[in-house]
Amino acid sequence: MATEELMESKNKLRAPVSQKPLKIEKPTDLTTIGGTVSVEINEKKVVVPLGTTILEACKQNGISIPTLCHHEDLCVAGVCRICVVEIEGMRTLQASCAFPITSPIKIKTSTPMVRKARRHIIDLMLSEHYGECYSCFRNGKCELQALAKEYGVDNLTFGHIDKPKYEIDNSSFSVVRDMNKCVLCKRCVRTCIDLQEVGVLEAIDRGSKTHISTFMNKPLADVICINCGQCINRCPTSALRANDPSDRIWAAIDDPKKHVVIQTAPSPRAAIGEEFGLPAGTSMTREMNTALRRIGFDKVFDTNFTADLTIIEEGTELITRLYKALVKKQDVALPQFTSCSPGWVKFLEHYYPEYIENLSTAKSPQQMFGALIKTFYSEKNGIDPADIISVAVMPCSAKKFECNRPEMHASGFKDVDFGLTTRELARMIKEAGINLPEMPKSDFDSPFGEASGAGLIFGATGGVMEAAIRSVVEFVLGKKTEDIFANANIIPLRGFEGIKYMEIPIGDHVGPVPAILKHLIQDWNWLKGATLKVAVAHGTANAKKIMDDIKTGGKFSECHFIEFMACPGGCLGGGGQPIPTTPEIRQKRAQAIYSEDESLEIRKSHDNPHVRRIYEEFLTEGPSGQLSHKLLHTHYVKRGSYIA
Amino acid sequence: MLVFEKNAMTEEIEQLVAKYGNNRSSLLPILQDVQRMHKHIPDFAQQEVARLLGIHPVEVYSVITFYSFLNTQPKGRNIVRLCQTIACDLFGKKSVVKAVERELGITFGETTKDGKFTLEYVNCLGMCDQGPVLLINERVYSKVTPEKAIQILGGVK
Amino acid sequence: MMNQEKKDRKGTVLFSKYARGEAIKKALSQTREDILFELRESKLKGRGGAGFPTATKWTIVAAATSKTKYVICNADEGEPGTFKDRVLLLEYPELVLDGMVVAGYTIGAENGIIYLRGEYEYMKKSLEDYLHEMRKDKLLGREILNKTNFNFDITIRMGSGAYVCGEETALIESLEGNRGEARNRPPYPVSTGLLGAPTVVNNVETLASISHIVTKGGLWFKKYGTDKSTGSKLFSVSGDCEKPGVYELPWGTRISEMLEIVGAKNTKAVQVGGASGTCIPKSGFNRILAYEDAATGGSIMIFNESRNMLHVLKNFMEFFVEESCGQCTPCRIGNVKLLEGIELLEQGKCTFSYLNQLKELGKTMQIASKCGLGQSSPNSFISILDNFKEEIFDGNGGTYGK
Repeated sequence: MATEELMESKNKLRAPVSQKPLKIEKPTDLTTIGGTVSVEINEKKVVVPLGTTILEACKQNGISIPTLCHHEDLCVAGVCRICVVEIEGMRTLQASCAFPITSPIKIKTSTPMVRKARRHIIDLMLSEHYGECYSCFRNGKCELQALAKEYGVDNLTFGHIDKPKYEIDNSSFSVVRDMNKCVLCKRCVRTCIDLQEVGVLEAIDRGSKTHISTFMNKPLADVICINCGQCINRCPTSALRANDPSDRIWAAIDDPKKHVVIQTAPSPRAAIGEEFGLPAGTSMTREMNTALRRIGFDKVFDTNFTADLTIIEEGTELITRLYKALVKKQDVALPQFTSCSPGWVKFLEHYYPEYIENLSTAKSPQQMFGALIKTFYSEKNGIDPADIISVAVMPCSAKKFECNRPEMHASGFKDVDFGLTTRELARMIKEAGINLPEMPKSDFDSPFGEASGAGLIFGATGGVMEAAIRSVVEFVLGKKTEDIFANANIIPLRGFEGIKYMEIPIGDHVGPVPAILKHLIQDWNWLKGATLKVAVAHGTANAKKIMDDIKTGGKFSECHFIEFMACPGGCLGGGGQPIPTTPEIRQKRAQAIYSEDESLEIRKSHDNPHVRRIYEEFLTEGPSGQLSHKLLHTHYVKRGSYIA
Repeated sequence: MLVFEKNAMTEEIEQLVAKYGNNRSSLLPILQDVQRMHKHIPDFAQQEVARLLGIHPVEVYSVITFYSFLNTQPKGRNIVRLCQTIACDLFGKKSVVKAVERELGITFGETTKDGKFTLEYVNCLGMCDQGPVLLINERVYSKVTPEKAIQILGGVK
Repeated sequence: MMNQEKKDRKGTVLFSKYARGEAIKKALSQTREDILFELRESKLKGRGGAGFPTATKWTIVAAATSKTKYVICNADEGEPGTFKDRVLLLEYPELVLDGMVVAGYTIGAENGIIYLRGEYEYMKKSLEDYLHEMRKDKLLGREILNKTNFNFDITIRMGSGAYVCGEETALIESLEGNRGEARNRPPYPVSTGLLGAPTVVNNVETLASISHIVTKGGLWFKKYGTDKSTGSKLFSVSGDCEKPGVYELPWGTRISEMLEIVGAKNTKAVQVGGASGTCIPKSGFNRILAYEDAATGGSIMIFNESRNMLHVLKNFMEFFVEESCGQCTPCRIGNVKLLEGIELLEQGKCTFSYLNQLKELGKTMQIASKCGLGQSSPNSFISILDNFKEEIFDGNGGTYGK
């Protein structure tokens, strides 16, 4: 059977819900679930809503309980047993993360029995945990190490494995798996299956042989991994990490012949401070610029610039699709899907290849940047593109895969040489002896150094859509965005709701066609009375919900434009971001991005003077022109979901 | 796998899914039937089962590797399982092992070259009053002696 | 070849006279409350080993308002040394299956499932034939014995070789098509069981006992056994004795009496409760078999003076290392450490202080493991090392060590 056919039938039948145990939801409305219950924790009476877990109840009352398999983003597992507590009248200890309080129990969180059990559990994990902390890249940031320190487990009572059991899987451009470090917490499994609905990793074998692996133990590169790296973000140890290119970047920096440029995406700057002990949500944009120069990058550019360019190209593409569909009555793939998240793109290529035409052909900002550096920039500055090393600091592990896609050679060279994660950059900065928070502030380099707030908010879920609407509204209605949305903030598209939906009625008044689109369209009359329907999804499990709805001709099939981000929270929650990433931390990073947006003078992509300039000087046929198609657009591969 | 083999396999699994239902609860009965027919569950079959039940192939693989009686690699036509748990162990398991291994020229965990037999250990078969016990395919042989074991194997087709 | 013929078994309760369908007839003439009353009166406790009061279990499920409920017969008899369910299912299926129908009637379930261990595949055919007969005689199916609105049917689901699936929540996971990994509790199967529905999971022998209780009454049942362990028990006797096999004896029987009955001589130790039970030395042979003393799901393994207890223990621990589901840390790694300790003992390399560390680890496993498997796997480790110190340590590596 042909792979594609196989794929299609597979998609028809996929079950809508994960079959894993349900997540225990935090009760929000007390009256609906029957009120509260009074319990004793360490002899102190406290009142909690019925169904609260012991762990949550303790947290609310300032009692800390160690955890390992527990993660706020994931359903309960209760497998590591580190969080056990004593309950009066029960023979065995109970895992506090998995025990919902439904009766007035008496809990003790630190008894001799509990402490001994926790020490034993840590000791057992250490006995199977290959390698030494000092030679581990998670040294100092490892949850197992922290627990061992906290509980004084320092003499390897039950021995220590002296040979690795598993080969390290280096096959993927994005994710490296070293199961010798795995503690079987199954966070990656729950992330991959429940949170992302990708399904790469599961527990294999039984008993002492249990380990986490892929389908038929195949290398990661050969199974359906979308490279989102969410598993890395939730791994408590170094069993999962990103494929780190920093040594090769150092080599380029140290090579006097190489001109090394770096572009920085919007999300790393909102999070990198966390790696230096700053509270989440501290923006480090201009300090980071200085640090990058001190490391030795020749030029420091802002990816937001090509985010603006993406809005123009992708927005033009959308308008063109709508025009073809509504006026020329052509068969055009709608809704248009965003294509800036490489994890999402690969997800679609595998699971929904029949919708490949719906993906915007516009490249992601990273790849647009890459193509321009080795063409426009090298021409202007008289640098041989062969001597340029183009690095992209991204919140993302999938960007490493994206820059290695064979399509991404528009300049005649590899457009982006290396994708670097926020974490890896932080380590490079530290290795260079730089304390980021102490850096003086400096600006980006010209010509790709000025960007709008619209480009910046790409980092948060809903940001691409908000950026697009800010421009489209002005293009079509001829009015200021601010006149429709207070402060140009499009609130319905913000926040962490898994799926967001919005309608924008065009009405009877349309504006003149702006100069930048005149080569494509004469007027907007054809849009009169129409309603623009858009949606936003983040996390591929939510993307799947929308896609399945579209397949059955549901509400989302009537949308015109849908933003999809592979990672929960969008790029700010990306797989390359500092660990940990929790709902609270994502919230703070988003705040940092939105408040920086509000502080900027230019907040719409089409207002960016450098964007205008590039269409005047280089992409002279305008958006969707021949050169822009060559450099700024791409095509996709119908991969299907059969694992060969 | 050749295309026509794949098609046959797909058809077979579609029939099983029709028989047992297309929800996850049907996973084990389906896998057990595939195992019975093919003596293993090939990776293509795993993916087909996953597709038809709406789960990921790795979940099917995970389930298969959990259960001792399911396997992903081909085995012999006859699976000879010897109980290794205490009661059988006390009453002469070792000498049966030696005799069988010598006779078939393989050790436990291996398959004969002609693909006729696979030798495996198994945990308690619930025949502790009549050990040592052999389970050949689905049939139980109790109070096995080295000599009797060879005789039994000789009678297997 | 195994003997599948129905033997002439003797017993006061389980092997007492019973006519096929008797319990169903009687039950259908009563109210659900009547049945629950008799069950409470009988003080029947679960025969799988854990000993949970059956009436309590049934009452909770009977009271649940859910439309769908399940009765599951746990026939995943995998505890080393246990084979009584094999005898019941092969020779007395009427007791077990009638018990399931009674359960369905009492708790308001329409679906019964027998989870039969993969190793018992050879029984499947005869059980299916039996179910077919029951359907023909209206003991199963729609409107059983013409009782309006009472529909109940039984399907057989096979296990595939995983001991842990005998744990009720692992069994349910397995039925749902998952790895047999025990669930977090609460919620318990009585409220959230198979596919989220209230579920009764009973051992084969428990269900068989119920058929007798329903026919003959709770008071009759209670006459046998002790105050806390009522009725009789099927014991699977194996090891060093003249007459291994399945015996029905009242709870409260002394171990020494048992040894006499089965013709055991020169007995050094009795493992009560299978690999996950405890090992009792001579000094404990006057103990009684009962929930309140030497509790067991039925397994009695007898070891005579010639046996090496360290070897026995090693066999048990090898079993647990393989059969642990592998999800929780104490059980997955703990059992390996205990086994490694035994290997050190064999080599004469295990220090006393390390042995004490391992015993402490065993105690942690007993209280911190997620399910009954890890909570009971250290039992034999602790009891054998405590009770056979001299043998194991004599001459550095033990009598049988190096």
